[in-house]
Amino acid sequence: MSAAAEEVVTEAPAVEAVPKRAMTLGYGTSLVVLAALVIIPLLVKNFIIFQMTMLLIYGLAVLALNILTGGSGQFSLGQSAFYAVGAYTSAILMEHVGMNYALTLPIAGVICFGFGFLFGQPALRLSGVYLALATFALATAMPQLLKLGYFEHWTGGVQGLVVTKPDAPFGLPMSQDMWLYYFTLAITIAIYVASVNLLRSRSGRAFMAIRDNEIAASAMGVDVALYKTLAFGVSAGITGVAGGLGAIAVQFVAPDGYTIQLAISLFLGMVVGGVGWLPGSIVGSAFIIFVPNIAEGISKGLSGAVFGVLLFLVIFLVPHGARQVAIVAQQLAAKLKKN
Amino acid sequence: MSTRRQLAVLAAALAIVATSGSAALAQKKYDTGATDTEIKVGNIMPYSGPASAYGVIGRTEAAYFKMINDQGGINGRKINFISYDDNYSPPKTVEQARKLVESDEVLLVFNSLGTPPNTAIQKYMNQKKVPQLFVATGATKWNDPQNFPWTMGWQPNYQSETIIYARYILKNHPNAKIAVLYQNDDYGKDYLKGLKDGLGAKAASMIVAEDSYEVSEPTIDSHIVRLKATGADVFINITTPKFAAQAIKKNAELGWKPLHFLNNVSGSIGSVIKPAGFENAQDIISSQYFKDPTDAQWKTDKAMIAWNEFLDKYYPEANRADASVMYAYIVSQGLVHVLKACGDNLTRENIMKQAASIRDYEPLGLLPGVKVNTSPTDFAPLSQLQLIRFKGETWERFGEVLSGDVGG
Repeated sequence: MSAAAEEVVTEAPAVEAVPKRAMTLGYGTSLVVLAALVIIPLLVKNFIIFQMTMLLIYGLAVLALNILTGGSGQFSLGQSAFYAVGAYTSAILMEHVGMNYALTLPIAGVICFGFGFLFGQPALRLSGVYLALATFALATAMPQLLKLGYFEHWTGGVQGLVVTKPDAPFGLPMSQDMWLYYFTLAITIAIYVASVNLLRSRSGRAFMAIRDNEIAASAMGVDVALYKTLAFGVSAGITGVAGGLGAIAVQFVAPDGYTIQLAISLFLGMVVGGVGWLPGSIVGSAFIIFVPNIAEGISKGLSGAVFGVLLFLVIFLVPHGARQVAIVAQQLAAKLKKN
Repeated sequence: MSTRRQLAVLAAALAIVATSGSAALAQKKYDTGATDTEIKVGNIMPYSGPASAYGVIGRTEAAYFKMINDQGGINGRKINFISYDDNYSPPKTVEQARKLVESDEVLLVFNSLGTPPNTAIQKYMNQKKVPQLFVATGATKWNDPQNFPWTMGWQPNYQSETIIYARYILKNHPNAKIAVLYQNDDYGKDYLKGLKDGLGAKAASMIVAEDSYEVSEPTIDSHIVRLKATGADVFINITTPKFAAQAIKKNAELGWKPLHFLNNVSGSIGSVIKPAGFENAQDIISSQYFKDPTDAQWKTDKAMIAWNEFLDKYYPEANRADASVMYAYIVSQGLVHVLKACGDNLTRENIMKQAASIRDYEPLGLLPGVKVNTSPTDFAPLSQLQLIRFKGETWERFGEVLSGDVGG
């Protein structure tokens, strides 16, 4: 192999270095967003609450990918596989073992963490597009694995599993949808805060060092192999929790729900939200949930094409996604203050 | 006109409105989604995604209801047909179903397509007590009025079809060695189960080879080669149109001439037999319940003429070789029939009641002798099939119309 080719393989993936300060929102903005998330459900229909729950769930999954790609600079098109494992873990534990839904989530997270960590091992030898392809294979294989006759007793095979939706506990006077929303919101906030802290910690700095320059990171004493697999594990674990929540919210798991399309959607959500900008995850999630609906509203026959055009516009006008919009808004606000 | 006169007229008018209103209230009963002028019907279709070929069903239905509205609607009410795309992805189906029920407030959801999508919303629809009427899937489980009184199937289910083939094999070829090729999903497995149930105790000894393929495979040639090598003399072909055409062609190339059973999903002459070559498809056995629009024998048929007139006016760009267009035409008539039967009592409960009391209804397009029948314990509207054999360039019907009723 020539030196040039070698360099292509080992070169760090083209993820822009995002300083860790720029990864989060200021306190004021955070509080406004939080207040909105808490208050809006009290004013809208159950259907909207359900959509907002899905928004948070996909937001979590996008956040997980953001930690992996934005944090440690590794690409993954296999997030749907982790999402599926989490969803199935929750569904199987709830329906076959009769476990409480809340308890199934940490288990789904731990199993997915293990799964992701193990998958990270061989993935160590790959980087950039090659890693993306390996994870792509995982996403393609997952629906078929779920259909295997060997697991059918638990997974329900192609028919999937129907999950019972939990009622609000302690006789709280709220609908199932609203309870599930606040439950999801609490978990989302917990994971978001933990993720922010993770990226600000020693491990987070190690992730970012690897992202920015692998060789330099190892020269500084960062255990590159460990931290790369760890990033995979954490990302998979969070995705698993999101998957478990998704199964509970949708009340159904089936192989067809977790195809490569989901993985691509999550990837898209990350790019639209801004790679490496954690609050953008929720914007990305909104994009992948609502824009297809808008596209369908514009043209039923060409909904795919309309979606493509909208996506193209976003990438063309704001290549750094929601982060760019936020920065511009911030600058404008600062200007106004000066005046 | 003085103010006083105006007031008097207004009062009189109000009185008339009030009395006629209360009189109307006495006879007319509505649930959410139905009014004096409109009936809101929801629908969910895979307009995009892996199953987008079926999206044509939703388009045909929209065209059909437009025709009904142009003709004055149903008992004076227009059908407002709201159809959403779910990408054939169950989580999206749940979102769209909730949007239809809670946001658009439809009276019922009609002909939503696919087994996984419908399974995902079945529990929800039954909890909400909103009819999930005439679902577009051949799975067997929709006929379960006891547990799911708000869900009803439509077409003959997959299992009953292979049960009919199995009975035919047991009667005419009791020593057959059977090779099965099926698509590895709910549809393929349902068919396989029907075959095994139909063969009963002899299934284990008669089926010498079972092979499955994934929809994502570009060609199934290698599967055919493998099946041929087992020396089977009966071939059960449970494949969707593209693969069915490949299988028929490959059989001919290899010179493998088993007794070939083709599932009716792929019975279309236009999209399967013709591309595979008429000479390669001779003597294939299949079954049907509606008229294949590409079959020359129906050219001057009354139903076919009506169908063509409808398409000419309301859906001219439709591909008339696509059996889905005929399917949608028939099931739309089914809905109109039920809504007409409801009269002015458009409650969800009455819709299910009327849908569960259809007697020998024959919408245009069904084969002679095939009828729609339901009862409070039978939620499988169509359950009859006609065996057919391919001769020359058309399907020949043989034997009687058969029934292979199985519950969910």
